[in-house]
Amino acid sequence: MSTEQQTRAWPAERLTRVPYWVYQDEDIYCREQEKIFRGNTWNFLGLEAELPNAGDFKTSFLGDMPVVVTRDEQGELRAFENRCAHRGALLCIAPRGNVKRITCVYHNWSYDLAGNLKSVAFRQGINGKGGMQESACPQSQSPRKLRVAAIAGLIFGTLSEATPPLEQYLGPQIVARIRRVMHKPVKLLGGYSQMFPNNWKLYLDNVKDTYHASLLHLFFAKFRLNRLSQQGGVIVDGDGGNHVSFTMMQTDRRDTVYESAGVRSAQGGLRLEAPELLDSVDEIGDGITLQILAVFPNFVLQQIMNSLAVRQVVPRGVNETELVWTCFGYQDDDEKMDALRMRQSNFIGPAGFISMEDGAATGFVQRGVQGASGNASVIEMGGDRIASDESRVTETSVRGLWQAYRGHMGL
Amino acid sequence: MDIALQLTVENLLARYTHAIDDDQLEAWPDFFVEGARYHITTAENHERGLPLSLVHADSRAMLRDRVNALRHANVYEAQRYRHVFSAVLVERIDMQTVRAVSSFQVVRIMHSGEATLFASGRCIDRIHLAGENGQAQFEERLVILDSRRVDTLLAIPL
Repeated sequence: MSTEQQTRAWPAERLTRVPYWVYQDEDIYCREQEKIFRGNTWNFLGLEAELPNAGDFKTSFLGDMPVVVTRDEQGELRAFENRCAHRGALLCIAPRGNVKRITCVYHNWSYDLAGNLKSVAFRQGINGKGGMQESACPQSQSPRKLRVAAIAGLIFGTLSEATPPLEQYLGPQIVARIRRVMHKPVKLLGGYSQMFPNNWKLYLDNVKDTYHASLLHLFFAKFRLNRLSQQGGVIVDGDGGNHVSFTMMQTDRRDTVYESAGVRSAQGGLRLEAPELLDSVDEIGDGITLQILAVFPNFVLQQIMNSLAVRQVVPRGVNETELVWTCFGYQDDDEKMDALRMRQSNFIGPAGFISMEDGAATGFVQRGVQGASGNASVIEMGGDRIASDESRVTETSVRGLWQAYRGHMGL
Repeated sequence: MDIALQLTVENLLARYTHAIDDDQLEAWPDFFVEGARYHITTAENHERGLPLSLVHADSRAMLRDRVNALRHANVYEAQRYRHVFSAVLVERIDMQTVRAVSSFQVVRIMHSGEATLFASGRCIDRIHLAGENGQAQFEERLVILDSRRVDTLLAIPL
């Protein structure tokens, strides 16, 4: 066995170790595109609220494969590869719009809203000269169509016929927690992208790591938005790759666990001069102030107090990941609620008091493991099991992620 | 063209960018009036009429909170900016108030020496000419990023 093969074997400890080469190898990245993103997984593509009318389209991604998502004349959601059957050019270049037909700008081949090739320019030639032979079959290279399913306004797509139905894939508890947030019509508030200088799995790993949240992010700990001693929990569902973690507000007003342990994020005299930043409303009415839900391989649904967002993970090569944020409120929000959500948008995104640090931390891992492809990360908080837990001092959902990952990859 | 007015505005912008680039962040909120609005958004959100901002402050107190958080709470690598602003258009609204539009680019220099073009865009400002200590101050500063993408994080203000 060569050294290369030895270093590419998964460590014997199985789920409590993740070898660093998974974040580094070009061939692993290519296999992920095929086995995961274009394999038996449901990938988040966008919100139905982005496509309210027949003829609306948006461009999105299935891993690094470009796709077009449309609402056709009958109001059905469709998705297909953003690639012309002819020479492979992008069919839709604009991020969004409304069209009757989709036409490739390169040679004017056109498609209906379901991605069916409808016309080939000058197919019969001009004046009996040129054109394609009768036997030509350009449809053989048509853009691949995705199966599309929506749940509570969230659009998912898969290229594989073998992917189980969406709700089964998500798991009943994830479905319930999606419906909890998406319980009435939403309105778009805007979006942006945060570019992470690291492999896509380091971001997913970060989202699923309930252990880091109040240790890295001072805002959580200092203002008791999410301390691990607060009431809450983590639920792992589906094949392990889907999870939801949640926190109840103000159930540990007097605890001093963090202070006595000398944890960095609880120290320092941070006082807000504008404490209205922390104003929030229990709008769902169940006392859950923070819910982070992730679906393997590319989706996060966030409720941080009244800040609501979906985040789509788009791999941009081995060492780069785009996180596409789309923030929303509800259609029946009044002006006061709009203002509250906007104020709370200071927590999230690249400049967010909470979210900015995730970009830093995951990038530190990518750089830190540069010479250590034969080493592995230690994922032993909460033992070696994958199970829902009342404690968030656990890495159970991280282990769930790697169980799902290894299953899809055959590693 | 009112040359004195133009110079007043450009002087405010120059002092503002030097304060940020010289890491005098504690002085940054004082460039604003007490009830000032400071928003950073993207051209895409702005053009679509969507309200989401990356930074959304409606008072000078919120700006001081942000500086306090950056100094004492948030985790990010040591970095500096170099702002370049240009194309400053000034329009008087009334005796006390001016509207200004300017372009900017920001180079981000990491402690490692890596320097990249981090941001570009325009600022739409509403400026109160007779602010505290007789200096002009921002009543409103809307920073519109040309790109929807931000690399890693945006900690230091623009």
